[in-house]
Amino acid sequence: MADPASLAQTAGELAGTAQQLANQLRDLAQTLTVVSQQTPAVGTTPFVFELTVFALAVFVGYYVVWRVTPALHSPLMSVTNAVSSVIIVGALIAAGPHGFSFAKVMGFVAVTLAAVNIFGGFIVTQRMLQMFQRKK
Amino acid sequence: MGESYSAFLYLIASICFIMALRGLSSPDTARGGNYFGIAGMVIAVLTTLATPHVVSYWLIIVGLLIGGAIGTFIARQIQMTALPQLVAAFHSLVGLAAVCVACAAFAAPEDYGIGVRGNIHGASLVEMALGLTIGAITFTGSIVAFAKLQGLVSGAPLIFPGQHLVNAALGAALILLIVLFALTESPASFVLLVLLSLAFGFLLILPIGGADMPVVISMLNSYSGWAACGIGFTLSNSLLIITGALVGSSGAILSYIMCKGMNRSIFHVILGGFGGEGVVASAGHGAGDRMVKSGSAEDAAFILKNAGSVIIVPGYGMAVAQAQHSLKAMTDDLKKDGVKVSYAIHPVAGRMPGHMNVLLAEANVPYDDVKELDEINRDFASTDVAFVIGANDVTNPAAKTDRASPIYGMPILDVEHAKTVLFVKRSMASGYAGVENELFYRDNTMMLFGDAKKMCDEIVKALE
Repeated sequence: MADPASLAQTAGELAGTAQQLANQLRDLAQTLTVVSQQTPAVGTTPFVFELTVFALAVFVGYYVVWRVTPALHSPLMSVTNAVSSVIIVGALIAAGPHGFSFAKVMGFVAVTLAAVNIFGGFIVTQRMLQMFQRKK
Repeated sequence: MGESYSAFLYLIASICFIMALRGLSSPDTARGGNYFGIAGMVIAVLTTLATPHVVSYWLIIVGLLIGGAIGTFIARQIQMTALPQLVAAFHSLVGLAAVCVACAAFAAPEDYGIGVRGNIHGASLVEMALGLTIGAITFTGSIVAFAKLQGLVSGAPLIFPGQHLVNAALGAALILLIVLFALTESPASFVLLVLLSLAFGFLLILPIGGADMPVVISMLNSYSGWAACGIGFTLSNSLLIITGALVGSSGAILSYIMCKGMNRSIFHVILGGFGGEGVVASAGHGAGDRMVKSGSAEDAAFILKNAGSVIIVPGYGMAVAQAQHSLKAMTDDLKKDGVKVSYAIHPVAGRMPGHMNVLLAEANVPYDDVKELDEINRDFASTDVAFVIGANDVTNPAAKTDRASPIYGMPILDVEHAKTVLFVKRSMASGYAGVENELFYRDNTMMLFGDAKKMCDEIVKALE
């Protein structure tokens, strides 16, 4: 009954199953890592991190902007306007994938709008600042 | 490109943007700052294009080309007088772009790694709703501001009964909807949120009058920043968060400065109604039969020529008449005759912060001659002639003496301390605040009735 051939076969089958299980376990572990990285549970690290960045940026903005000379408040507005069009980053991601979808159309519209603003904002700022050049 | 690489490049872009604002602390460093801003934007766009999410480029290139061409064309053509409406129009675009990005994120959340359709993370939903709401408010609010500044609709505040009640109800509804949307993630609540926010932005700016436009436009500048910030939180993108916060605080500070320049609280500005016809009644002094002294360009030229020092006070009227170049020619003649000339700028002169400075710079007035209110106000007492051109309310002494006046408490330029005051005005009409100016009737005041540009040209002729 315990002939070596069938024993070897069973062992072989067991080893195969073990290998499969190991593979499944690895996949599961991978999925888990991905999920744990992807899920920013409310109120934990990613959000707090973003909030930290936000708060510090508000302070930086506060001190930098108070130092802007009142004579240049108009260029300040036009340059902040150009700079806030960095929202194009979100638009590019939406317009980036293959195929055609509602999100892609929205992305395209947003890219176009932001581009108007980026080019227009920086150029009009440059025009203004050119006027403030010290006359020799 | 790996995520840490792109995060690092985004950080560099953020620093570039901070440097762009930092440069504006002096006219000498400002142009360098602008190059930093452009560099930051190029880095941000290229970095995003290199991320694995972005694989199809043709639509993006088309969008960039169309948008870039339009933007370049407008920015090159625009007259500096029309700067406020241009900025308002640009703000509306940022707002609309934020709405579009929020829509895209809602329709295809997997592209942004914030979950899958029907199961977007709760925090992302709240952030998305905030970005969307602020963006939509910025969009329609800026359109109204643009229409008012461009003169497409009357600058007078549009008020209807129960307005504040409607706005308050709308605001409360928006908050409820955001909560509902975050809980259910239903497309219907998303659409409703967009529509209500658009309506809210519209109604919010409608009652605000022309005189408060500098505040409104700064406020919308601030909103556009917060909208970018909200989208940044949604996408967990530090660059957007940092930039949005910079822009948001910049606009907030400008609004504060403008409010202080008019001695009005931001709350009152938002409630609106300032600068309408209703205010005229509060002008205490009956104007009718009082005498004003009016003179010709020759008289003005004579007075100016014989003065030792002249301070010029330009206002929005100068901008409307496009008189800055003629004014510059006039001051050049005076300077040749040895008259000391400087310019005094009130914080709220013009229709946006710093508008007068740009117009004077455009006419090649050296910026060292252009002084802010705090710097120059004391000098009026030792000045021979104050030449007020197209300004009115910002010189009105009622702001200091008349408690009943709507402009009471507003800091003013003390032109009444100068030996002679020359007022270039088209008529005796009151300013935007609808208040009578006592100065017109003083003995040492001479009114020069006429178009600001024509008057300057005539004075130049008389001087030669």
